[in-house]
Amino acid sequence: MDESIQVEPLKELGEHITRSLGEAVVSSEMAYGELTLTVARESIVDVATFLRDDPECRFISIVDVCGVDYPEREKRFDVVYHFLSPRLNQRVRVKLEADDVEPVPSITGVFPGANWFEREVYDLYGVLFSGHPDLRRILTDYGFDGHPLRKDFPLTGFVEVRYDEERKRVAYQPVRLTQEFRTFDYLSPWEGTDYVLPGDEKAKQ
Amino acid sequence: MGVSQDNVLVAPRPTGATDPRTGRVLGADDPFFSGVSDELADKGFLVTTASQLITWARTGSLMWMQTGLACCAVEMMQMSMPRYDIERFGTAPRASPRQSDVLIVAGTLTNKMAPALRKVYDQMPEPRYVISMGSCANGGGYYHYSYSVVRGCDRVLPVDIYVPGCPPTAEALLYGILLLQKKIRRDGTIER
Repeated sequence: MDESIQVEPLKELGEHITRSLGEAVVSSEMAYGELTLTVARESIVDVATFLRDDPECRFISIVDVCGVDYPEREKRFDVVYHFLSPRLNQRVRVKLEADDVEPVPSITGVFPGANWFEREVYDLYGVLFSGHPDLRRILTDYGFDGHPLRKDFPLTGFVEVRYDEERKRVAYQPVRLTQEFRTFDYLSPWEGTDYVLPGDEKAKQ
Repeated sequence: MGVSQDNVLVAPRPTGATDPRTGRVLGADDPFFSGVSDELADKGFLVTTASQLITWARTGSLMWMQTGLACCAVEMMQMSMPRYDIERFGTAPRASPRQSDVLIVAGTLTNKMAPALRKVYDQMPEPRYVISMGSCANGGGYYHYSYSVVRGCDRVLPVDIYVPGCPPTAEALLYGILLLQKKIRRDGTIER
């Protein structure tokens, strides 16, 4: 099928959404045949309501809410929403910037299905959602410390479990590894590496 | 059609697994079995030790607790399905820890799951055995350096048999169960 047949209506839809929402939409772009809207953090509830209720949109299905971490940015997180319109057979991606202090308005009032997704984003990134009925951890261990999908979270975490024979229960202790995690560069020493092999610096050229 | 006297249908002799040396069924001249058979025919009873009898009974009724934690569970199911049919060794899946003898840890044991798994183990009656199945349960495997995975289920439970593989085939797990039976026969005691 010709790609323009599928892409053109989505492009027009993007223009329609941008026109109708005005200030709320910061930017709108098409890439790889997908529509991405960047919106202001405070207006996400309005945007979600519009996408659901507008007769030309009808994005009635929440597919996913997830987070992205950019540690170098001032507002380090992106919260990404994916919506699906079965009526139009189209999808839209809505992004907003957030940090771990200012809460993002929860869209559970508009899409009840976003409840657990927002809990997941809170659990793994530490982004807060205001107006969420039950914002607590969903995936990680009870009493878990930290937010594991942040870039600055150490891979092996802080605690490990073992069975304590004296206390007769599973106990936590600080993590202790017999061998550190190793990363391999997969460069072949025979075909040349982009660094000097250990020991080679002593060899005469 | 009907059956007439002069045209009787006779089923052919089952060929089965015949021994090329004797031309009879495989194992028909096994000295152990013929000895047992002779003894039974002579005296009408068999003599064995109580502990051997008890361990023999234990190997033949291993109810296993189905703790399928990840993808290994699929191979565990496969093992109990008709192709490998683990029930011919007298074992059967049992969905209650109170009535099971073996705990098969099939899959990744996470920190959050560890207390629950230990509780299941604690609820099992003695004598109880644990089979650790797959890389993840043996030593963390692929998730060894993860923040949320127990580096081997032997940190939480005492393990009897380790089955390597990622995931182990159903055959490998079946072999693990046979090894467990061997272990029970070897060092089983009446003590609980």
